[in-house]
Amino acid sequence: MNRGRALVATLVASLAGVSALSAQQVTWDRLQHPEKEPQNWLSYSENLFNQRFSPLTQITPANAKNLELQWVWQSKSLEKFEATALVVDGVLYTLQGPPAQGVYEVVALDGASGRPFWTLEYKPALEARPCCGRVSRGLAILGDTLYMGTIDAHLVAIDAKTGKILWDHIVEKVGDKATEKYAITHAPVVIKDKIVVGIAGGDLGVRGFICAFDAKTGKELWRTYTVPAKGEPGNETWSGDSWKTGGAGVWNSGAYDIETNLVYFGTGNPSPDWDGRERLGDNLYSDSVLALDADTGKLKWHYQFTPHDEIDYDATQVPVLADIQWQGKPRKVMLWANRNGLAYVLDRSTGEFLLGKPFVKVTWMDSFDPKGRPIRIPGQVPTPQGSLIRPHALGATNWAPPSYSPRTGLFYAAGWENSGSVALEGKFPGGVGIPNGTPMGQATLTPNFKKEDEGFGFIRALDPHGLTRKWEFKMNDITWAGVTTTASDVLFGGGKEGYFLALDARNGDLLWKIALGGQINSGPMTYSINGKQYVTVAAGSSLFAFALR
Amino acid sequence: MRAHKSRLLAIAAALFGTAITLVAQHNTAQDIDDGGRVFRNTCANCHGPDGNEVAGIDLGRGVFRRAKTDEDLVQIIRSGVPGTAMPASDMPVAQAEQVVAYLRSVAATKRSATASGNVERGNEIFHGKGACMTCHRVNGAGARLGPDLSDVGQLRRAVELETSIVDPGKEVFYTNRTYRVVTKDGATITGRLLNLDTFTVLLLDSKEQLRSFEKSNLRDFGFVEASPMPSYKDKLNAQELADVVSYLVSLKGKVTP
Repeated sequence: MNRGRALVATLVASLAGVSALSAQQVTWDRLQHPEKEPQNWLSYSENLFNQRFSPLTQITPANAKNLELQWVWQSKSLEKFEATALVVDGVLYTLQGPPAQGVYEVVALDGASGRPFWTLEYKPALEARPCCGRVSRGLAILGDTLYMGTIDAHLVAIDAKTGKILWDHIVEKVGDKATEKYAITHAPVVIKDKIVVGIAGGDLGVRGFICAFDAKTGKELWRTYTVPAKGEPGNETWSGDSWKTGGAGVWNSGAYDIETNLVYFGTGNPSPDWDGRERLGDNLYSDSVLALDADTGKLKWHYQFTPHDEIDYDATQVPVLADIQWQGKPRKVMLWANRNGLAYVLDRSTGEFLLGKPFVKVTWMDSFDPKGRPIRIPGQVPTPQGSLIRPHALGATNWAPPSYSPRTGLFYAAGWENSGSVALEGKFPGGVGIPNGTPMGQATLTPNFKKEDEGFGFIRALDPHGLTRKWEFKMNDITWAGVTTTASDVLFGGGKEGYFLALDARNGDLLWKIALGGQINSGPMTYSINGKQYVTVAAGSSLFAFALR
Repeated sequence: MRAHKSRLLAIAAALFGTAITLVAQHNTAQDIDDGGRVFRNTCANCHGPDGNEVAGIDLGRGVFRRAKTDEDLVQIIRSGVPGTAMPASDMPVAQAEQVVAYLRSVAATKRSATASGNVERGNEIFHGKGACMTCHRVNGAGARLGPDLSDVGQLRRAVELETSIVDPGKEVFYTNRTYRVVTKDGATITGRLLNLDTFTVLLLDSKEQLRSFEKSNLRDFGFVEASPMPSYKDKLNAQELADVVSYLVSLKGKVTP
């Protein structure tokens, strides 16, 4: 069926005598129903629910061993390649973040050959100083327009057929002060006729916000701050004027549910990251998921994963939405494997806490109150002498996108175990074990000498009912790579060791692997052209595409 | 990320005048460890690993020309000493405090009593009776099984070198770990671990061969906790130990052919 649809689309394009580039018009209706066009990958995590689940079935557990390289696109930038590409009717759009004083590369590639149709180079302001890498995690598309957020907090509209800039809107002007280092690092979210983005910079003390823009003109339509101002509900959770530089940045994509008309975003750490003494209180809405009315930006509900965070846990994973049976009844839920080491099931209509459970060793809390507030373990807070706290400041998992397969009913997340942080009042939590035992992702490979008790990576499959672990695939080193599943029960993932992996989504069995020579810091993506299924992943500073031989 | 954050903290500390108390508060094992790394990478180039290679200054024993307090030291680390070879640095306050915490820890530990040995005699023992070159390498000569010691005098304090000689298993730097694999046909290969991932093990084996093993082809694999280096506790007398330590301290790094 899938192959048939792809063939029809290709035939139509061929008969019309036009190139693939002129056959696009990604309407809002198409974006709402990606299941109707499994050959494409129209948004960051495949669908608005962020399930990162493709209906394609050509690559199976039985034949995945026959995957082979089709093409490679090499970026000029040696930044971490974190983007997930989009594919629209055979054309693949992706981008790579700029090196210092360099340019973004935005490209439209032939999905079959990897040859570029066009390349756009875009130079951000020299004042841009994102805290943790000059990266972009992806583009969005609506109609024939691509949307890019930049590390100097611009939202840029690009003609998908030519690569020409249509408009370039300054979301917030980047200044010299740390608290003015606004940035956009995630793939924008399309909702109807709006483009929604969040602002990063919480580590540097910006006051985070989420805002929507008219897709045609770039005019700002609404803006909701993630830290409430004086007089607004929630401001009482910040002592003094600490809210003004409270952080709670947004640096990963959100989800959208048309039935609730809510857009969901995770927020980052409160600022300063590791010194709660200057910002007493819960520090709403840091480390939270926010549900905003998509038309107005009005906050409908929130859930705070880590009140008064002093470890820099953030909560910026992409929200994953699913419709599941919960205690015998259908329920619209949100699944979340958080950097703080806990996995959650929330009711996405109301924000009700349904279940929370550690998915790694967790030593900072031991239970929840009835409303889902974590109850801390005494002493497991930053102290002058230092406290060993698990998970590590960089998390049990980080930003890498997870997956939910409606076929297996399992929620898949990549992360790592056994790494802890020594938390000191007012200081970056130090690592434990070997130096750089749990470093941030980099583009290039680094030798690994770690013992298991110094940290190891994994892909784990969790059953949302009970959040029990169904299987685990262990990796020697940690992983910053996302996961993707397909309707043929294949899971694609990878890690810091540079292996791109195909696993059986039902049991975690290794089906196929290939060493790509650079760390994988992206989420895999799959599409098809002329009935041939491809799967791509970025590793090092290149994008690799595979298909069956 | 970390650099930016540290700088912010430094600014905040300066603004609020908290630097002085931070020094006293933040001297955890982690601070000392971090401070030691910074010291070896930055300060030891001139001051030496024991901090006593600039005339009139013995950092590891609290002998300074100008500084009287920890705060003075932080100030000097960051601002330098005009008119001398001591340069200013952009080291954040928090990091300078870690260096000071490290120096205080050095002062609190016993300094090797053996560092006053004879370099030439140590050289002879190293290459002769000690048979150290059976495993180690210096300036392009010797074996590759153990760590290359060509610049060990720049990297390690005398007391640390002494400990490694008499109690080699006490601390093995993580890049020098030993690994053992057993193949399916029963062969056991032990060597210096060069890289490890989910599927493979890379070793320099006991015959100095670069070896690669697929874990799926192995019967067993894992770290060897004991150091392969023998203890010289009962093999060298006190003077010989002092001589070898002095020789090692003299190894400051040369171009390896």
